[in-house]
Amino acid sequence: MKHMKKKIVEAAAIAKEGHIPSAFSVLDILWVLYDRILKINPKDPKREDRDIFILSKGHASLGLYAVLAEKGFFDNKHLEKFGHYEGFLGGHPDRNKIPGVEASTGSLGHGFPMAVGVALGMKIKKRGNRTFVIIGDGEANEGTIWESAMIAAHHNLSNLTCIVDHNHSTDRALDVGSLIDKFKSFGWATHTMDGHDQEEIYKVLTVKSDKPKAIIADTIKGKGVKMMENNPAWHHKSPTEEEFKEILGELL
Amino acid sequence: MSMRKQFVETIESILPKDERLVLVLGDIGVFGFRKAFAAYPDRVYNIGILEQSTIGMSAGLAMTGLIPVVHTIAPFLVERSYEQLKLDFGYQKLGGNFVSVGGSYDYAALGCTHHCPSDVGILKNIPGMEIILPGTAEEFDSLFRQAYASGGPTYFRLSERENPVSYEVKFGKANVIKRGKLATVVAVSTTLKPVMEAVMDLDVTVIYYTTVAPFDTQTLRENCPSGKVLLCEPYYTGALAADIMGALKPKPISLDFVGVPNEFLDKYGKAEEHDKYVGLTKKNIKDKLEKLIYA
Repeated sequence: MKHMKKKIVEAAAIAKEGHIPSAFSVLDILWVLYDRILKINPKDPKREDRDIFILSKGHASLGLYAVLAEKGFFDNKHLEKFGHYEGFLGGHPDRNKIPGVEASTGSLGHGFPMAVGVALGMKIKKRGNRTFVIIGDGEANEGTIWESAMIAAHHNLSNLTCIVDHNHSTDRALDVGSLIDKFKSFGWATHTMDGHDQEEIYKVLTVKSDKPKAIIADTIKGKGVKMMENNPAWHHKSPTEEEFKEILGELL
Repeated sequence: MSMRKQFVETIESILPKDERLVLVLGDIGVFGFRKAFAAYPDRVYNIGILEQSTIGMSAGLAMTGLIPVVHTIAPFLVERSYEQLKLDFGYQKLGGNFVSVGGSYDYAALGCTHHCPSDVGILKNIPGMEIILPGTAEEFDSLFRQAYASGGPTYFRLSERENPVSYEVKFGKANVIKRGKLATVVAVSTTLKPVMEAVMDLDVTVIYYTTVAPFDTQTLRENCPSGKVLLCEPYYTGALAADIMGALKPKPISLDFVGVPNEFLDKYGKAEEHDKYVGLTKKNIKDKLEKLIYA
């Protein structure tokens, strides 16, 4: 994990761009998904029988890129061109450029409805592919999240799992209350987990469900770097040279 | 037959032939499509009144190889869900069909909340969006069959009113209806009816457009000897102005417009009364054309 975190900080430092704390918030979850849960082949990422993952909170893209590179979807060297004019790894993921990326997200509240559509599509086609999506608690301000939560429950999309990266980034704007109660009242099976405990993540992700499944992950924005943890100043900031050294010192 | 009834018949005819087709209704047309609901419950959905998620969800359907056909009233389909059309379909390069009713002020008596004269102008700002405005039910059937599986996002604007005659229309291609020397009238969709009434004794060319994006520049370039163009559009006026100038450049041209002015049409009544107010009439078209020719 530290190795991937280092790559993320380096990429953001070179590009002077990127949402590092959001990437660290979801990194453990992404790793468990790609390492142990998703049926997907990095050498054949468009295979028909693959599971689908959508990062609806697209600004955590650096986390996804680090994991995709680590799993061999593309070479690690591309991370050095993150956010560059000629690079293909942008501030938000692009399905038409990056192997392994299923949806071009970034505008919040778009990836989740698409994931609902993919899950419904798989059901229509009577295919066994599962769909996983990560949204943020800030993203859960968007009306489309709750519109689509109703659609998923109404059509009983038991092939869909939504993980909420609940790092409390919305607390300063809007109190979203209990996300568990909300999803439950919308007709979903609900679970909670420590979003940084990989064994627990694996356990909760493998619980069988006959309804669409929402997992509220308790996470820390900027997890693992003291100066970033829950510090809003770091939401969209690249480190200075001094900060860069300090962060690496803490990670290694 | 109305365009709406034709839409039902066309979909009912394609559903058994093309397993990729999925119909998604925004809680309208449910009674009309009752046979389709009964015959194909796994591919016909009344998804509810949540247009943004409906478009996003339909992009997800498209990702699995299905071809969604989303249907609701124009302002909710286009304006409310604009970012979903732009990003989820346009930017992602996914195929889907968006069939609206209530274009411009077809629902005149319902007031401005249900008007949508902006549809063509704003959709033209989405790269790759195909925009089709049939002038009759028969033309809808033909254009839908030609374009629904194009692989890109396609907008079909149904109208409550129709032209008296159907033409053999091709997706992406305009039809030359009449040839003359003194001016060229670009008639979009249902404006062809008042245009043909207005040009009866005038020596002008009439080009009929049912696809406005992509715009058929070639037909216009080959049929505008005068350099004088009257653009007749049933929505906010001028959406095709840049296409027309681009098609005819570097030739200097005189361009005038008949269409819906950029204002809230806050009266009720019937669509024909709004036509009269905005000047989508035989008389106004003829007056403008004569001024363009003889001024």
